[in-house]
Amino acid sequence: MMEWTNAIVQGVLLGGLYALFAAGLSLIFGVMRLVNIAHGDLIVLAAYFGLTTSVMLGVHPFAALMVVVPLMAGLGYVLQRGLLNRTLGDDILPPLLVTFGLSVIIQNALLESYSSDPQKLSGGAIETASLQIGGLALGVLPLLTFGIAVVVIALLQWIFYATSLGRGFRAVSDNQDIAQIMGFNKAHVFGLAMALALAVTAIAGILLGIRTSFDPSVGGGRLIFGFEAVIIGGLGNLWGTLAGGVILGVAQTIGAKIDPGWQLLAGHIVFLIVLAVRPNGLFPRVDH
Amino acid sequence: MSALLSVSDLSKSFGAVIVADETSFEVAQGAAIGILGPNGAGKTSLFNLITGAMTPNAGRITFDGADITAVPAAKRCKMGIARSFQVPQPFGGMTVFENALVGAVQGAGLSGREAEAHVLDVLEATGLMNKANVRAGSLSLLDRKRLEMARALAAKPKLLLLDEIAGGLTDAECVALIETIKNVHAAGTTIIWIEHVVHALLAVVEKLIVINFGKKIAEGAPKTIMDSPHVKEIYLGVDPHA
Repeated sequence: MMEWTNAIVQGVLLGGLYALFAAGLSLIFGVMRLVNIAHGDLIVLAAYFGLTTSVMLGVHPFAALMVVVPLMAGLGYVLQRGLLNRTLGDDILPPLLVTFGLSVIIQNALLESYSSDPQKLSGGAIETASLQIGGLALGVLPLLTFGIAVVVIALLQWIFYATSLGRGFRAVSDNQDIAQIMGFNKAHVFGLAMALALAVTAIAGILLGIRTSFDPSVGGGRLIFGFEAVIIGGLGNLWGTLAGGVILGVAQTIGAKIDPGWQLLAGHIVFLIVLAVRPNGLFPRVDH
Repeated sequence: MSALLSVSDLSKSFGAVIVADETSFEVAQGAAIGILGPNGAGKTSLFNLITGAMTPNAGRITFDGADITAVPAAKRCKMGIARSFQVPQPFGGMTVFENALVGAVQGAGLSGREAEAHVLDVLEATGLMNKANVRAGSLSLLDRKRLEMARALAAKPKLLLLDEIAGGLTDAECVALIETIKNVHAAGTTIIWIEHVVHALLAVVEKLIVINFGKKIAEGAPKTIMDSPHVKEIYLGVDPHA
């Protein structure tokens, strides 16, 4: 019994990481209907940026966030205004193709610069530290990851619903033409949305890099987890995305408990069931 | 008085459909003018050209002393041009208050409590105070029309473009609307008003422009225009020789 409780709790905590993978994806899709195929590779890119920063400056990966978050945000803004804005229109195919191309480019650039050897961010004592709570051993890192996910999503939610920037996101998401007539520069608002999304991606990448080893090819898997969390939770609903991440995480840890080979399969099966039964996700956005 | 808005030789067509045909007119600072014309005459397209939603094929638009022909729509809003839409287009996922707040922040450049106070004034004036926290997507058509007005007014525009804002209102509502628009005009806002409810229009405007097939066919004092046989023929479908 205790083992099962443990599996569920570990799954919930793992869900925090998946929610962080998914939050940026959800935000970008919500604001500009852009499906970013390169999202997973951008997470891995952020992990490598974290690696370089912490090695070069000799600092803890968490301190590297001070560099990587603004770096990824800046990259997001430039990427959006310089490239992705040009692909957006009535046709959904161009952004898919362009971000797929971007995914290939990022993977190959990482292979060239860092080789295919697995790398890991060294988190120090925090990686193995754990708390004993009611007979369960909870890792400090997973707990911290989950806490960060909650804080990030609360912050995104606050930006969306209580700030002028968020009204801009919601206005362009609602009706781009009217938003422009009401004074929003669409290209700029989209740039800021991508900047915010990649700032979250930076956090996700560094937490991923401390948790497990990574190499240039692992982006695809992170993209799938992110997608599944977004779809399970319901498009455009940030708290739903957290719930989606948790459901995916729990499905995986329970699957692994039944049989170690079932970890990923169990997650995918839960995703498929949700997609079949509730195509809009469990907690779809209520407006419209 | 100098012209706030000057449109010269403005042309726009979509293939064979001409929505503006070398249209020229000026709107003086503080004026209120009405635009009449049959459906499909190019009235709304004219607004689209003035707000920047459409780019003209030829011609020039000058606003507040600056050539805005190539200025993007978002910038024109900040310069002081706001409009309402014939078919209301609120941001459906936002509350009434937030919709108007967009106007106050983006158009009028207000922030914080100042913006909120201004929005409350506008909601009071447009009769939407009791719906401030209702999601705009769930409003009735009448309230959506009110919101069109509120959002445009919240932007504190120098030039307010009203597109068939009186259509579908009851007489009492229409009287209240005319009162609101008169107050806005009295406060110094320049107004261009497209309207089929002619009596409402005549209660406010001091000049009428009639367009048909994208072409300006008459411009002048309301009484002269309404009495013109040419206008009656085109606009009201009355045969002047009958």
